[in-house]
Amino acid sequence: MKYLDEYRDAAVAKGIAQAIRARVTRPWVLMEICGGQTHTIMRYGLDEMLPPEIELVHGPGCPVCVAPLEIIDKALAIAARPGVIFVSYGDMLRVPGSHSDLFRVKAAGGDVRIAYSPMDAVKLARENPSRQVVFFGIGFETTAPANAMSVWQARREGLKNFSLLAAHVLVPPAMRAILASPANRVQGLIAPGHVCTVMGTREYEDLSRDFHLPIVIGGFEPVDLLEAIRMLAVQLEEGRAEVENQYVRSVSREGNLPAQKILQQVYEVSDQKWRGIGPIPMSGYKLRTEFAEYDAELVYGTGEISAQEPPECISALVLQGLKKPVDCAAFGSLCTPERPLGAPMVSSEGVCAAYYAYRRRVPETVA
Amino acid sequence: MCLAVPGKVLESHEVGPNRIATVGFGGVTRQVYLDFVPEAEVGDYVIVHVGFAISKVDEAEAKRTYELLEEMGAVLEVEEEQP
Repeated sequence: MKYLDEYRDAAVAKGIAQAIRARVTRPWVLMEICGGQTHTIMRYGLDEMLPPEIELVHGPGCPVCVAPLEIIDKALAIAARPGVIFVSYGDMLRVPGSHSDLFRVKAAGGDVRIAYSPMDAVKLARENPSRQVVFFGIGFETTAPANAMSVWQARREGLKNFSLLAAHVLVPPAMRAILASPANRVQGLIAPGHVCTVMGTREYEDLSRDFHLPIVIGGFEPVDLLEAIRMLAVQLEEGRAEVENQYVRSVSREGNLPAQKILQQVYEVSDQKWRGIGPIPMSGYKLRTEFAEYDAELVYGTGEISAQEPPECISALVLQGLKKPVDCAAFGSLCTPERPLGAPMVSSEGVCAAYYAYRRRVPETVA
Repeated sequence: MCLAVPGKVLESHEVGPNRIATVGFGGVTRQVYLDFVPEAEVGDYVIVHVGFAISKVDEAEAKRTYELLEEMGAVLEVEEEQP
């Protein structure tokens, strides 16, 4: 497929890896934030193509993984209600709440359905006027505009049986929290290309200046990621700390203005709790009060549900790049994709799931 | 979650206030909302996430950067062959 296959070309990938080896003179710790990028790195063994000086640590960019336990418990409570059609992205179904997960609610008779797009949930509401349809809208800035559009569309159509259970998280505030930590090891950042496709690159310019941090906005294919790593290595070796864009075929400095407009119309920035990390000020979105009738938390009065993480799970440290999944005593024994303790083992983009899938066998070669 | 895939706009039509396109992904087609990329035309490549196009692929930039990357691979291959 165009714009995919050529970015998996082995000769090009090897050339870039060699250029990195030729350029690096001392150790550097780089973080990729996005779980999709983590999976590409693990799947193609990109970390093993790099010189030993470059260490990759993995960030919190898996929305399924950082959705707080409380919101999962709220989802389970709503999904179990008679008359509700609960619609979710597929990744959320096996994420463990305090006592159950959406699959088990479904098995017990709850009407839980998987959708590819939030607009599919709006369609379900249109087609089932006697039922209440609730969409579980999780995601980073990439997904938030689509989720916002579902609310916008429901209001435009006058649908009274649609609501959104929102758990939106924002990348820059989380990165600030990680970089400001005394334990921080990150010296260069691969910024998430699809988040930046929507939001543009200005927020990363602030981050780069405030923390004197080189940042390269990277794509998602092996060649993209190796080139982003090379660009970071060059900046670090030259003592520069700038924002550069490797993913120019999709990302512009101003980002996607129509998507940003719908975000502003439907959401306001709010404090958000991150699973494993804790509360981060102004790091999420909630629905504006004018959309209160579409806010599932208000419609169903889920109120305050508080929950405790399993003590064996070290996802907090893993999601901040302080530990690797293999450093966890529960990894692959107590905690597996079939019986996950924490969300990073569940999601197809979770870092523990990536290590479990690709680090117990030989990685795929770049095509 | 932020998985987004490039596909080619094959046709587009209006449904109420929305413009919806049929987008081809190497033989598979999907209906995609163009609300965020209203400038997309038939023949353009768009990057699609949860049923919405989030960008139009900048073909000129893609070509330019890829040629630079290929060149890097080619140059290094030549260097490797040197004794």
